[in-house]
Amino acid sequence: MNADSSKDDVLTIAGRDFSSRLIIGTGKYADYAENAAAAEAAGAEIVTVAVRRVNLSDPSAPMLIDYIDPKKYTFLPNTAGCFTGEDAVRTLRLAREAGGWSLVKLEVLGDEKTLYPNMPETLRSAELLVKEGFDVMVYCSDDPIMAKQLEDIGCCAIMPLAAPIGSGLGVQNPINIRMIIEQSKVPVLVDAGVGTASDAAIAMELGCDGVLMNTAIAEAKNPVLMAQAMRHAVIAGRQAYLAGRMAKRLYADPSSPLAGLI
Amino acid sequence: MNVQINGEMREFEAPMSILQLLQAMSLPSQKIAVELNLEIVPKSAYHSQMVAAGDRIEIVHFIGGG
Repeated sequence: MNADSSKDDVLTIAGRDFSSRLIIGTGKYADYAENAAAAEAAGAEIVTVAVRRVNLSDPSAPMLIDYIDPKKYTFLPNTAGCFTGEDAVRTLRLAREAGGWSLVKLEVLGDEKTLYPNMPETLRSAELLVKEGFDVMVYCSDDPIMAKQLEDIGCCAIMPLAAPIGSGLGVQNPINIRMIIEQSKVPVLVDAGVGTASDAAIAMELGCDGVLMNTAIAEAKNPVLMAQAMRHAVIAGRQAYLAGRMAKRLYADPSSPLAGLI
Repeated sequence: MNVQINGEMREFEAPMSILQLLQAMSLPSQKIAVELNLEIVPKSAYHSQMVAAGDRIEIVHFIGGG
């Protein structure tokens, strides 16, 4: 492996190749223009989107797709706000009709305070969606057993939380994330909980195939600058993972040779 | 005829297709998806699918989300 090998280092999800390993959300921005600038700065190729009722009273209100071009970015419709499998399937059928693609993010929440995933309902929903031909990237708890079951169902990417959605606490359970990475044959992306660039780098250094984030960029004082920082962090973390870090030692080891000392 | 759209009651002249309904409401048909009585209406059927009194219609689009 040489220094250029990272150029061919693509992320493949459900048969599609992506060169960026940073997926960004499109919520919580001041406006769609800022959102578009952040997506550009992040170098993202995939953006998550939500499906909601159109504004009937003001049909001329700005629409997301007027700012973020679905031809340039792969839209990843989510099921945010769905609490049952049926809601999730209904939402994503509409998303598929609105966008015409089958790659989706399943997220079935169990509790409004923690926004922790409801795993029994997530498993059931994933099964329904896979049967309907969707390529399901699934937001899940960081439990390796749950992750394995989701992979067995046929999910195309496993996306455990690093910490609660919007918390910005960083990777709270690196051991579990590591276990999920080691057992999975499909890509593993940390979804939720990243707060700053080092959190993203840590996730990537653990061996994650990518990172999905929204609030860390949208709620930064300068979202576009943070998007750029995240881009670098994800690349740096990935390269460090590929490079293979040195072993940790308890005591010092001199960098300058001791032989030939005067 | 009265039709429920996104939870709101609206009155339209019958007969009316989905496409005509979208035009009447100034909604861009390429940027939205339509569900009629819990069934998806494919874009290719917007001109042929008629709306009936009492129908429940959902019209959605993509917005920002995480």
